[in-house]
Amino acid sequence: MMPASLVPSEFLVEVDQDKCRRCKRCVLNCGFGAFTFTDRSVPDSSKCVACHRCVMFCPESAITIKENPLTFRQHAMWDVDKRKAIWKQAEHSGMILTGMGNDLPYLSVFDHILIDACQVTNPSIDPLREPMELRTYLGRKPDRIEVEPDGKGGFKADNVVTNNIELDLPIMFSGMSYGSVSLNVHKSLAMAAKKLGTVMNTGEGGLHKELYDYADSIIVQCASGRFGVHSEYLNKGVAVEIKIGQGAKPGIGGHLPGEKIGREVSSTRMIPVGTDALSPAPHHDIYSIEDLRQLIYALKEATGYKPISVKIATVHNVAAIASGIARAGADIIYLDGFRGGTGASPQIVRDHVGIPMEIALAVVDQQLRKEGIRNWVSIIAAGGIRSSADVAKAIALGADAVGIGTAALMALGCRLCQKCYTGNCSWGIATQRPELTGRLDPEWGAERLVNLVESWKLELKEVLGALGVNSIESLRGNRERLRTLGLDSTTSEIIDVRPAGS
Amino acid sequence: MAFGDQYSKWRVDQEHVASACGLSGVISQDGHRIGGDVIIESMTVLHDRGNGLGGGFAGYGIYPEMKDLYAMHIMFEDASGKAACEELLSEEMEITLGEELPTKPIPRITDVPLLWRYFGQPRKEMLEASGMTADDFMVALVMRINTVVPGTFVFSSGKNMGVFKAVGFAEDVGEFFRVSEYEGHTWIGHGRFPTNTPGWWGGAHPFNILDWAVVHNGEISSYGTNKRYLEMFGYTCTLLTDTEVMAYLFDLLIRKHELPMEVACKVMAAPFWKDIDKMKEVPRDLYRSLRMTYSSALVNGPFAVLVGHQRGLVGLNDRIKLRPLVAATKDDRLYVSSEESAIRQVCPKPDTVWAPRGGEPVIGVLRGDA
Repeated sequence: MMPASLVPSEFLVEVDQDKCRRCKRCVLNCGFGAFTFTDRSVPDSSKCVACHRCVMFCPESAITIKENPLTFRQHAMWDVDKRKAIWKQAEHSGMILTGMGNDLPYLSVFDHILIDACQVTNPSIDPLREPMELRTYLGRKPDRIEVEPDGKGGFKADNVVTNNIELDLPIMFSGMSYGSVSLNVHKSLAMAAKKLGTVMNTGEGGLHKELYDYADSIIVQCASGRFGVHSEYLNKGVAVEIKIGQGAKPGIGGHLPGEKIGREVSSTRMIPVGTDALSPAPHHDIYSIEDLRQLIYALKEATGYKPISVKIATVHNVAAIASGIARAGADIIYLDGFRGGTGASPQIVRDHVGIPMEIALAVVDQQLRKEGIRNWVSIIAAGGIRSSADVAKAIALGADAVGIGTAALMALGCRLCQKCYTGNCSWGIATQRPELTGRLDPEWGAERLVNLVESWKLELKEVLGALGVNSIESLRGNRERLRTLGLDSTTSEIIDVRPAGS
Repeated sequence: MAFGDQYSKWRVDQEHVASACGLSGVISQDGHRIGGDVIIESMTVLHDRGNGLGGGFAGYGIYPEMKDLYAMHIMFEDASGKAACEELLSEEMEITLGEELPTKPIPRITDVPLLWRYFGQPRKEMLEASGMTADDFMVALVMRINTVVPGTFVFSSGKNMGVFKAVGFAEDVGEFFRVSEYEGHTWIGHGRFPTNTPGWWGGAHPFNILDWAVVHNGEISSYGTNKRYLEMFGYTCTLLTDTEVMAYLFDLLIRKHELPMEVACKVMAAPFWKDIDKMKEVPRDLYRSLRMTYSSALVNGPFAVLVGHQRGLVGLNDRIKLRPLVAATKDDRLYVSSEESAIRQVCPKPDTVWAPRGGEPVIGVLRGDA
């Protein structure tokens, strides 16, 4: 008889039976059922995803997870992951699903960029002693302000700028839908966003009514599936985002397996319990840029002219697309790079479609400037922001703000096991199983998110001070203060950053 | 392409040039004429703030008999550049007078280029064909000459004003250009201490475009942001100096966007958000709108700047005052300088002396028809 699977397990789980006190915490904590209990804890390595939940909760530190050391005959072209993919598809037939962002070792542009600092000729500024401004406004700005005397010896603006989102810092939480993540994740994000003076994004699964009080800290999304979109929802945010594409899966719509659609998700999304929520690949009312314009203005009409953001995956022709979006009336363009995360995506698309956000951001900023329309839109860069250094570099390349999704989930416990699509997340993040979602206390989650972002805020201020500027706007688009190291000259030219030493 | 890239003798470094400096300025707000010797004497006191690698002056009201014509001061590396430039000038402009700039050779000023001045205005048919205002036409022409005509640099292009600058200490540059023989209602002067050595006359201050002349002490840490913003409006930063960016920003904000001088200064040295938040509604709306719209025009980093223009003189510090700037008044005269000593040298008993706060402009205005 053939074995059930020809795919070897990825990890080996070992329990030190001398240390184990038979408390069964590992059995209870594993969302993937990798432990059973007979007279002792027995791991099934084939089910382990290395999410570390058992390791973190084992009171005796008795559990070890290793990569499966099984040796394969070396073959430079047939690396082990490719072999496993063949075996899996031969066994099951179908697309291989995955979660989180592209994990292949493509070049990281951020890791080849260095930041400048002041020495002697201009003083660096100490953020502990001097004001250091991070406030950021997102939305359309006019080309100029018309100023008139106010009749009292001062001046007034004839065209006061309105309809912008005010953020205390240029970092927001990226769209992650209720359904793909738990309600407690949404609560954590909303509470943290409010405390930080920034915003979270609902993603495409609507907004649970319990979060309506956080409307001032929320951007609501309208995607091709229109899940949970109704007029009250559209007005429960400071802006509306039209999701055209997602960095992890450009060109295809959202996938939410029916297993994750229980009663609450069902009523929020306005779809039956247990049905797969598959967003259409395109918006069926957007077949070209002029259609996008209609949706943008329809949403403006529906919301009293709140800013409208358009989220696109960074694809090859991104600069021209972004220019079209700006001219179609969008106030914000959200660029989601090919490293961006997902709750579920075909692996082929996640790993092979799209281009790096850094490059897309640089060329979009340049194109909008070339056309003299950079003031018309704010640019948000997301899909691969891992640290405050990435934030600083993205802003210097031209972003107004960045979005963080994966990093935010990691603050909530995520270990990047990439199994979000299974709905078994042991950390209570990418799951709707009540016994798992209850593990994430929103108060605890919000505190950790605030801790993370406040840390980045301190680091950003330190970088600004070292650069000798006291406001984030003086870093924005300031590619003079960046240098590349070990980046090929063509890419350096495309992102318009000179090599170190020049 | 940056000026001089292909001309090694006048090479400009690719990195924008940082410099520390001394500066001085004076205006007679009633329009009385002040001799160039006053500004030279004031700058002499600031000798140690320069290092001999650049000095210069700008005077306003110095060409009263040609006051309606654009006065172009041009330096040429050699005769071929001059011929090419003159050909272009004669195509685009009606030149009333072209002559060598008067100079007095002195040993401390060396490597002297050909120095000429031309008075004229855009040819009517060229101006009409361009669809631009005369000022915009002149800006485009100056940018074109400075970027495409080999070995040629227009260093002054306003009306009834002139810039005189060279590699050398300010007082020597003044003597060389015989600045004391001119009289004007406004003067600014500059002695430079560049931290690298481009050794190029065009890199000295003041920097000029149309009527704007800027002398500057500082390094603009936001240079890249400001430069890329200006490029959206057709300004080409050819010199890679901070000062050029300053001049273009004033031109954009005041001439093109019609902001009052005081407001333009508040764009470049913007109030902090915490202060804007405390303002009353009308100014709060104004300053919030300005910062949102002109975030890329905020000039960040240490600077003290003096700006001369047809109707006055402005002194401005960065918003946390990282470079010195002192102001004084005596009767109708306003003095602004890096050091009080440079003011007292030419005005021993001023009526008032003060150190302007960071971001608070000192504005001298030429009154009435003066």
